[in-house]
Amino acid sequence: MIAVALWSVAALLALAPAGIVLSTRPRGSIILYGGCLIATSTLCVTALSGLLFFPHLAPSATLPIGLPWLGAHFRLDALSAFFLVVVNLGGTAASLFALGYFRHEDSPGRVLPFYPAYLAAMNVVVLANDAFSFLVAWEFMSLTSWAMVVSHHREAENVRAGYIYLLMASFGTLALLLAFGLLASGAGYDFDAIRASHPSAALSGVVVILVLLGAGSKAGLVPLHAWLPLAHPAAPSHVSALMSGVMTKVAVYGFVRIVFDLVPEPVWWWSMMVLLVGGPTATLGVLYALMQRDIKRVLAYSTIENIGIIFTGLGLALAFKAEGLDWVAALAFTAAMLHVFNHALFKSLLFFGAGAVLGATGERDMEKLGGLIHRMPKTAFAMLVGCVAISALPPFNGFVSEWLTFQAILLSPQLPSWGLKLVIPAVGGLLALAAAFAAACFVKLYGISFLGRPRSDVAASAHETDRFSLTAMFALAAFCLIAGILPGLFIDALAPVSKDMVGNIMPHQVGLQWLTIVPIAESRSSYNGLLVFLFAALCGTTAATAIHRLASDRLRRAPAWDCGYPDADPAIQYSASSFSQPIRRVFGSVIFGAREIGEMPPPSSPLPARLQVELHDLIWDGLYAPIAKAIGFATDRINILQFFSIRRYLTLVFVALVVLLLVVAL
Amino acid sequence: MSSLQFDIAHLLAGSLVLASFMMLYQDRLYALLNVYVLHAGVLALSVGWQAYVQQAPHLYITALIALVFKAIIIPVALHRIIKRLGIHREIENVIGIGLTMMAGIGLVALSMVVMLRVTPGADALAREDLAFALSVVLLGLLIMVTRRNAVSQVVGFMSLENGLVLAATGAKGMPLVVEISVAFSVLIAFIVIGIFLFRIRERFDSVDVQALDRFRGERR
Repeated sequence: MIAVALWSVAALLALAPAGIVLSTRPRGSIILYGGCLIATSTLCVTALSGLLFFPHLAPSATLPIGLPWLGAHFRLDALSAFFLVVVNLGGTAASLFALGYFRHEDSPGRVLPFYPAYLAAMNVVVLANDAFSFLVAWEFMSLTSWAMVVSHHREAENVRAGYIYLLMASFGTLALLLAFGLLASGAGYDFDAIRASHPSAALSGVVVILVLLGAGSKAGLVPLHAWLPLAHPAAPSHVSALMSGVMTKVAVYGFVRIVFDLVPEPVWWWSMMVLLVGGPTATLGVLYALMQRDIKRVLAYSTIENIGIIFTGLGLALAFKAEGLDWVAALAFTAAMLHVFNHALFKSLLFFGAGAVLGATGERDMEKLGGLIHRMPKTAFAMLVGCVAISALPPFNGFVSEWLTFQAILLSPQLPSWGLKLVIPAVGGLLALAAAFAAACFVKLYGISFLGRPRSDVAASAHETDRFSLTAMFALAAFCLIAGILPGLFIDALAPVSKDMVGNIMPHQVGLQWLTIVPIAESRSSYNGLLVFLFAALCGTTAATAIHRLASDRLRRAPAWDCGYPDADPAIQYSASSFSQPIRRVFGSVIFGAREIGEMPPPSSPLPARLQVELHDLIWDGLYAPIAKAIGFATDRINILQFFSIRRYLTLVFVALVVLLLVVAL
Repeated sequence: MSSLQFDIAHLLAGSLVLASFMMLYQDRLYALLNVYVLHAGVLALSVGWQAYVQQAPHLYITALIALVFKAIIIPVALHRIIKRLGIHREIENVIGIGLTMMAGIGLVALSMVVMLRVTPGADALAREDLAFALSVVLLGLLIMVTRRNAVSQVVGFMSLENGLVLAATGAKGMPLVVEISVAFSVLIAFIVIGIFLFRIRERFDSVDVQALDRFRGERR
């Protein structure tokens, strides 16, 4: 089984150099994305069969590459298999989407060599069973994605995004390197050896902090998220989908692998850290998303929100595991993993939709879109499914995982530690707030882009996207629905993962009446997606039928109510900024340092009235800008070193030698 | 080892340090070169004595290499270079001689303290030898740092290398291969530096490294 997986990864790696040749051929993109489609779907099926049928087998393999005395170790246990499914489901969908999408990109050949290499790197991270292969693949993943972020390097904004991404990726890898260095100090770089060793509690604590920094910067935890909303939208849309939907999950995998698997029993304050980062990440991420006008940037910020939800789930799992309530830990962990899967589905779907809109109109700015539901009805339908799912509305999948997370939060009074007892409900409040904002955010995204009237000529003349893109989007939408109405299947499939990581599983779900899911006990809570779906479908159909049959079924087009202004301009519609204005007024002044400057000319003046809104990214201004300034200052000072004479360099060497000898002597 | 053998080894190594001190205050290039010949000759004697004492015939070859390359070929070549560059009249002193000598004495004291502290378990000859060798290395570096002329920097570098050879022969059992390779690396370094000297000369009409600084727009 692992042989199949490794051969598929090798095929992806082999496609990378082929991409250089293929990028010049007219049909090269089709061949390359077709190859990626086959390889990733093979990997997906392999991993899925491994997860479902042989979850406790954990086959491993060692290849004689990498460090000479170590080799490259690979292992396919339940956790790896689950994340392989996530990675390759996303990869398959993105490859399918790209088969049609590459026509809408200018210079699609630039991405071709990096795309398969990027997929291969993500797979190797998940499969790796020693620190060296893990880190090499991790860095390879960063570099290949960086190359795709700057594929449109003529735009200054993309270059800046790429630069910041590269810096943050290096920082993250450095943190992980140090974490593995600490872990390997007593054992070696093989994960099996690390597992068998027993590092002290203090050392494990430092490792957890480092991993939170390293994996967190890749996943986009606040305040390490700064690169994410810049880099994810800059890449071509199918790559954005992979980066947002899949690569952040690989980061989550890194966190879970180290914190739940390699490090011994958790301590309660680890979970405190994770929770205190996860909750604010969720709320801040979605608040940022609400303030944006660029579709892809909204989606990127919303990724930060979802990562916050996932990390909150993981923090809960750590807390309950540390306090010995491992059946609740299993619930929280399963919720987090389910959200990993769900977010990969709907975020990829939404980025595909954004890509389709971008391909049809050339616009990412919502203020220039509108009315696309008439011109791109199929894309609009798929996007609607994605928006509903990510807003966590039943009967789609987003609801299930968030609901399970809240079930775990509601069990927090059982924890003995007072700190956690106080913090977890607060984090729960933040999550609830985030869920509400997410709904508002996606109402805005969908309403402004797809409903109303076109705000520009390009939006008015848009055309439906191609069949491959639509197939990919509808497949993902179908998965969103299936995962929403049959969550029991997915929860049961996650049981071996949860068993390996937290030592317990959620109650068995398949076989309960009516496909209900019962996370704890029937007397406490239960949810039935299928019934909700049937009820919603039935009510909707009945209402529609009743209205159309009993009232008039004629389609009647009439002027909308125009407030007394005839011939209304599309500009008087709700805009993206005006939609989010109430929320900006409530939260903006504190969180974004927002200021509104209204200029009202005197009554007789012909000047237009103006309303200017200033938003500041306080995290950027308060954290990143000072660091950048300090580094700039220091390098200016150190720069002198570059212009010494030879004799002065010799003197430096000499003085250094004498000082070292003095240290030895004294 | 008899006390006389030890004393002679001690004497030769000490003479090497003394020769280093002599190099430190030479302000004429020819004089510097002549002292360097003395330096290399003392090194050859010292290595030869070690060969005799340790009954290690391969050290004779090392001594021979030191004598032929360092005491004859390289100084003669440097003589010719100085003559062709026409810099044999140049006088240079960067820091005052008194200060340089004080620094040199400090360095010797430092290397004694370091070596005696680090190697309490080694046998007496190796200890003394290493202490002297470290002094020679440090004095060689000091020569390089205090000189402005590229030729005298080369000489400083080679006296530094002599210190390394002294250290290597003092410790028993260094294979000949290492010494040959060290000797060749010095030779190659010498050739490369010689070529560079002429290139610098062609471009700047001087082998004073200050000319390079001026070229780079440096203030001093």
